[in-house]
Amino acid sequence: MAADASMAPPMTPAPGSGRASTLQRLARRRSSIAVLMTTPLLVVLLGLVAYPAGYGIYLSTLNRRMTGFMEAEWLPNGLGNFEILFESETFWAVALQSCIFAITAVILKALIGFWLAHMLNDIPAKGQRKWRGMLLIPWVIPPALSTLGWWWMFDPSYSSINWLFQVVGIAEVPWLGEKWWARLSIIIVNVWYGAPFFMIMYLAALKSVPEQLYEAAAIDGASSWQRLRYVTLPMMANIISITVLFSLIVTFSNYDIVRVLTNGGPRDLTHVFASYAFQVGILSGNIPRGAAVSLFMFPILAICAFFVLRGVTRRNKEQM
Amino acid sequence: MSATPTSRRDLPGIYSKAGSLRAERRWALIWAYISLIISAAILLMPPVYMLITSFKTSREIADQNGNPWIVRDPTLGNYWALIADPMFQGFFFNSVIITLVVVVLTMVISILAAFALSRMRFWGSQVLATGVFLTYLVPDTLLFIPLYQIVGGLGLLNSIWGLILVYPTLTVPFCTWIMIGYFASIPKELDEAALIDGATWPQMLMKIFIPVALPGIIAATIFAFTVSWAAFVYPTAFITTPDQMPLTIGVVSQLVRGDTFAWGQIMAGALLAALPPVIVYAFLMDYYIAGLTAGATKG
Amino acid sequence: MAQVSLRKIVKAYEGGVQAVKGIDLEIADHEFVVLVGPSGCGKSTTLRMIAGLEEITSGDIAIGGTLVNDIPPRDRDIAMVFQNYALYPHMSVYDNMAFGLMLRKFPKAEIDRRVKEAARILDITPLLERKPKALSGGQRQRVAMGRAIVRDPKVFLFDEPLSNLDAKLRVQMRTEIKKVHQTVNTTTVYVTHDQVEAMTLADRVVVMNHGIIEQVGPPQELYHHPATKFVAGFIGSPSMNFIPARLEQASGALRLHLPHDIVLNVPAARTALYQPHAGKDVLFGIRPEHLTDDKATDKANTAPITLKPDVIEPMGMETLVHFKLNGTEVSARLDPATPAAVGAPLSLIAHMDQMHLIDPTTDKVL
Repeated sequence: MAADASMAPPMTPAPGSGRASTLQRLARRRSSIAVLMTTPLLVVLLGLVAYPAGYGIYLSTLNRRMTGFMEAEWLPNGLGNFEILFESETFWAVALQSCIFAITAVILKALIGFWLAHMLNDIPAKGQRKWRGMLLIPWVIPPALSTLGWWWMFDPSYSSINWLFQVVGIAEVPWLGEKWWARLSIIIVNVWYGAPFFMIMYLAALKSVPEQLYEAAAIDGASSWQRLRYVTLPMMANIISITVLFSLIVTFSNYDIVRVLTNGGPRDLTHVFASYAFQVGILSGNIPRGAAVSLFMFPILAICAFFVLRGVTRRNKEQM
Repeated sequence: MSATPTSRRDLPGIYSKAGSLRAERRWALIWAYISLIISAAILLMPPVYMLITSFKTSREIADQNGNPWIVRDPTLGNYWALIADPMFQGFFFNSVIITLVVVVLTMVISILAAFALSRMRFWGSQVLATGVFLTYLVPDTLLFIPLYQIVGGLGLLNSIWGLILVYPTLTVPFCTWIMIGYFASIPKELDEAALIDGATWPQMLMKIFIPVALPGIIAATIFAFTVSWAAFVYPTAFITTPDQMPLTIGVVSQLVRGDTFAWGQIMAGALLAALPPVIVYAFLMDYYIAGLTAGATKG
Repeated sequence: MAQVSLRKIVKAYEGGVQAVKGIDLEIADHEFVVLVGPSGCGKSTTLRMIAGLEEITSGDIAIGGTLVNDIPPRDRDIAMVFQNYALYPHMSVYDNMAFGLMLRKFPKAEIDRRVKEAARILDITPLLERKPKALSGGQRQRVAMGRAIVRDPKVFLFDEPLSNLDAKLRVQMRTEIKKVHQTVNTTTVYVTHDQVEAMTLADRVVVMNHGIIEQVGPPQELYHHPATKFVAGFIGSPSMNFIPARLEQASGALRLHLPHDIVLNVPAARTALYQPHAGKDVLFGIRPEHLTDDKATDKANTAPITLKPDVIEPMGMETLVHFKLNGTEVSARLDPATPAAVGAPLSLIAHMDQMHLIDPTTDKVL
């Protein structure tokens, strides 16, 4: 039965086997197919992201007519645009408003989203789909368009919200006319648009916590608050931080809502970096100054991006 | 089983506790429903009010007396006026062309790249995958000024082709990223079985990967569609002539003119413009949500 | 049909870790060979190198006399059954089986004929239109085999095909695989970590450990004449007892001196064989089934031994008892009727004609 080794057939080499070279050729071929397949992606990443990023930095150093570097007084030559921005009161107001807007809006979105996800998770499973579908609608409508609706609801003379307020006896609110109310209005619209996204992310994370953990915690005598504190939150910590940081990036760089709702007004007090850069760069035609304004977003975005990436990598490792 | 009556007699405490547990559950449920109803009312208020306004005549809108939340004299006039308006038709047509081309381009680019990145390890593939994710985190408002210069240099300002050129920066990174995730979740044995069955790399992609990852492809397609349909910064910056405008900027800039706003028409226009993504969402909700959550959990 | 030859196959990974350390193996036409060993022993890597899914670092592989080192899997004319079946989830059972033939541009009628024939052999004709998701584990297993059969390849490769099935199905599918091999008679290389599977299926078993082949041989030979301590311990369940002992000379005969001053006489037939090792420390190897209660009628070549059980495990048809002998675990198989109690002395006999002696320095069976 056993085939003795001495019965082994002679080996005839396969036709054309220059061995090492064939193997190398195969490996090289696979590699070149892969490179070919990723080329369009590389073109997009290099040509439309990396190159514009570098070009944007270069632009920010030019003078208004782009004929040479922007002179500066106390900064090195070429950084004149930054110098002017540093000395401009409007710019600091924009920076402040961007931070107020992004931080407040993200915190509110995160809290409301978390609460909604919890409420959704508490109702019977067969109703969840319907509710989830309804609650996500604000996220589905293009924000530039839904903001038009808000704009109309905030209208100084026809505000339907003020009408409702008046019904329950609350004083009329000058939504877009007064500085702090206008800032609040922008935050309201952004929270309205973004909270459902948080809800969806948290709901997905909640569903991924194994039911047994809650049962074990309940048997260990944990109250519902303790279950939240010691089971839910730790299990969701990573996804919460990823979502918050991601949202911070998107909110900080928001443009649509400000553009449609206030267009920066009243008196440029609701501008954020993006809308101010647009105002300066495109509308007033000072491209280099606009590019410089945009670049101010970069450090905070880079920090957020770093932590998002770290969170995602960690999450992937956990899941393996 | 026979022990149950005994234990019930012996342990009345536990059973009364169970009763309170049920009550606790019921209150939690009632509380959840109250919260959800209030939230839904607030979250749906703007679109509902837009809908209400869109059914009103200008005269009714201008009337400051009475409840703005009801329609006394419903009309479809605003909708008919827009649908018959060649300018609005132009916006719609532009949006459709841009979105179609961008979605096809995006999916081709990201499927090819994701396949190579997830299955053919090559020099720099890890770096490239990370780069894809990082570019996904780059917001459009960071780069629109240099892109304005670049598109202008190519003579594509005020052209939908300029938008088609830059929209992939919004769609490709995310779609590639989630496709890498979906492809990576296909078991390795499946490609090995295909290799042994005699498939070449292209056959493996077409006959195995694309069909198996179809839910992911649908999710990515929906994402690319909604993003290019809703894009606002680039068209606002690059397009100033109405005949090249897509819907978003068209509705915002062209319907909102002068001091006498035709609110009924603006709202009708905004709703019509928002309709395609909402329809896609209504019919493909599960894929839509899978795409949303995939970014953080896959890849 | 084809033979498979492996010559000095080495698989080294980056960093110099060698998964396979130069193995030679000749597999004859129509033969069913099982590679068995613990996880990480290199058996799967070897199979995957035959399939062409892993590149070989050095050495030669030939299938049907043709060197295939540089030939991609699709041109090696092999078929493989994977542990998780690797069925294409979007294709029906029929399409799963037809896929390989379709890619090879077989005529439609021929594909149909082969798929139906394979389905008949495997008894899955009613399932042909279903998707893999709608199949049970055993049915998926059959489809995976069907996909291999329709190709009518030179060699079948099986990579732990039964380990995802529950115990009962595994036994059933084992028989099934054997039946299929008897029908189609294709050269087969089968990888498993389960020695029972190896014993029941193989014409020849290849026992691997740490990237080398410990022994090659028909199942019975491996059971009765293991070449190394590893094979002796790996084949057979429960595994062989290894008791440190000293081989002593006693007036022309040999005897084993075990801990607790237990002395066993070596059968005369083995004397010549073991003589050179007299006076040395050895490992006394005896399978639990050869350490039984003393009711046996034929007591030739047996030696009495009395031990106190630590654990008693009644299995129904037999009872396993476990002892500690100077720190070494020892088990024996008893007739279930034999009374045994923990801590109570129990008289056993060792069937010395089934004994093995192992050189503890080389781990070779003497």
